[in-house]
Amino acid sequence: MKRRKVVNAAMLTLTGVCALLSLSALFAILGYIAWKGAAAINWGFLTQLPKPVGETGGGIAHSIVGSAKVVGLAALLGIPVGVLAAVYLAEYGNNKLGFLVRYAADVLNGIPSIVMGIFAYALVVVPFKGFSALAGSVALAVILIPMVTRSSEEFIRMVPGSIREAALALGVPQWKVILFVVLPTASRGIMTGAILAVSRIAGETAPLIFTAFGNRFWDEGWTHPIAALPLTIYNYAISPYRDWHEQAWAAAFLLLMFVLAVNVTARTLLRPRGGAAQG
Amino acid sequence: MKMTMIEPIETEKSLRRPEVGAAGSAPVSGGKPVMDVRELRAGYGSGDVLHGISLAVPERSVTAIIGPSGCGKSTFIRCLNRMHEVAPGAECRGQVLLGGRDIFAMDAVELRREVGMVFQKPNPFPTMSIYKNVAAGLTLNGVRDKAVVRGRVEESLRGAALWDEVKDRLDGPATGLSGGQQQRLCIARALAVEPKILLLDEPCSALDPSATARVEELIHALRKRLSIVIVTHNMQQAARVSQRTAFFLMGELVEYDDTRKIFTNPSDKRTEDYVTGRFG
Ligand SMILES: Nc1ncnc2c1ncn2[C@@H]1O[C@H](COP(=O)(O)OP(=O)(O)O)[C@@H](O)[C@H]1O
Ligand SMILES: [Mg+2]
Repeated sequence: MKRRKVVNAAMLTLTGVCALLSLSALFAILGYIAWKGAAAINWGFLTQLPKPVGETGGGIAHSIVGSAKVVGLAALLGIPVGVLAAVYLAEYGNNKLGFLVRYAADVLNGIPSIVMGIFAYALVVVPFKGFSALAGSVALAVILIPMVTRSSEEFIRMVPGSIREAALALGVPQWKVILFVVLPTASRGIMTGAILAVSRIAGETAPLIFTAFGNRFWDEGWTHPIAALPLTIYNYAISPYRDWHEQAWAAAFLLLMFVLAVNVTARTLLRPRGGAAQG
Repeated sequence: MKMTMIEPIETEKSLRRPEVGAAGSAPVSGGKPVMDVRELRAGYGSGDVLHGISLAVPERSVTAIIGPSGCGKSTFIRCLNRMHEVAPGAECRGQVLLGGRDIFAMDAVELRREVGMVFQKPNPFPTMSIYKNVAAGLTLNGVRDKAVVRGRVEESLRGAALWDEVKDRLDGPATGLSGGQQQRLCIARALAVEPKILLLDEPCSALDPSATARVEELIHALRKRLSIVIVTHNMQQAARVSQRTAFFLMGELVEYDDTRKIFTNPSDKRTEDYVTGRFG
């Protein structure tokens, strides 16, 4: 009896400590990056191009715009494909093909992102003979698609069968039922999943190294190299200049704030609003 | 014995709504069938659940389907608008004629506009307002004319005896209504497509007694406009609202006759046992 109580107390302490540890890791990262990075953020940092090596000051405006462009195009390419694939899986996918697609998506989700970079390199960079924003977007879209597919499928499946039946029984064709009844019912979940996935690819560095490549100036279009926040952080952090290190911290802080804001937005979206409780 | 079984029904009627009392005794046999079911067999891939049902649904009247749980009542009425096919593995054979046309030769989508259905649990579209729910059958099928839609929505809500309760909150969420209101909303939604036949699968089983009474009144009123087939496991309800009653047992149609006869003087021993509450 006594032994059981001791074991119980020990386990409780152990699990509690581990829980605190994982939480404190988050706060340590947040705190450290805020401490190192927040100070260097100012108007010039957000709106200017980098200064030539040796001069102090300058900013990372090109990386902010670059990230927005590369990630934006990746979302534009990836989200529709992911959502439509999810519709297939949820509505028609109880067969061999569905099983295969689901399995492939799970495998893709587990593949290291640098591999996606190599894939996009072979698919876009080699035939176009050069690094490009487009190649970066393709690499990120390839990461995005399986994530969006799987999360959207879950939310589409959560739409009760009774809702589908109600629509079918009104003499509405199945494609309209899916498009105008099922998808809107699942839309907040789908949006949440997509936003979280986008925030994840926004922080990806490896797949951009040999696709988007990076750039110290404004980009010259989709078929040319382009800067992106994670790339700039990476390049500045491994540089020998103190000034660049500070800017790397500031850029990291910016990226972190973005990811945090997106996460909070997504979670708020998923919370049921007044009255109409639903998944 | 046969006198005693009618009594609770009569009491129930006179207690609740004397005006509906007449429903059970209205003469029926004259009405020509709007739907004719012949040798209908259906199942879910592992043997038949319905073993050859034949019955004719009379026009502008209420036909009740009664029987113990699992006897195939839902399967039967879901065949009548081909919602049965939606279930995985579902199969069905036989003939169902709607005004002379074989429904299995028709386009299922077209058929469902003529044969509407209301389900056991109220299932309004959760993302749509009250108005949009009722309008859904029209708007989703391409009716663009706002005035037409608005007119039909009001007419359907009035038809479902819900208009006065919701006319000031048409843009409010449908999920904000009570269970009984939601079920009447579902009836309004089905009415908006102007079906010839309305199938109701235990529409009151999730409702409290007063909401049930309102739906029953509604069924009574709707009978003047269209034909209704209602599944119910509540025999008093069958007696109150229907003119014809079919008794199902283990996938067979045991007896189909005027409601009054089923409840007072059934021909089959099994029907008698069931309606007197000896089993089921
Ligand atoms: N989707 C389904 N898949 C397989 N079997 C089913 C399905 N729906 C109903 N059944 C079976 O069919 C029989 C009749 O069911 P149902 O028509 O729902 O009966 P009732 O409505 O009279 O209670 C039951 O034995 C039930 O288990
Ligand atoms: Mg049933």
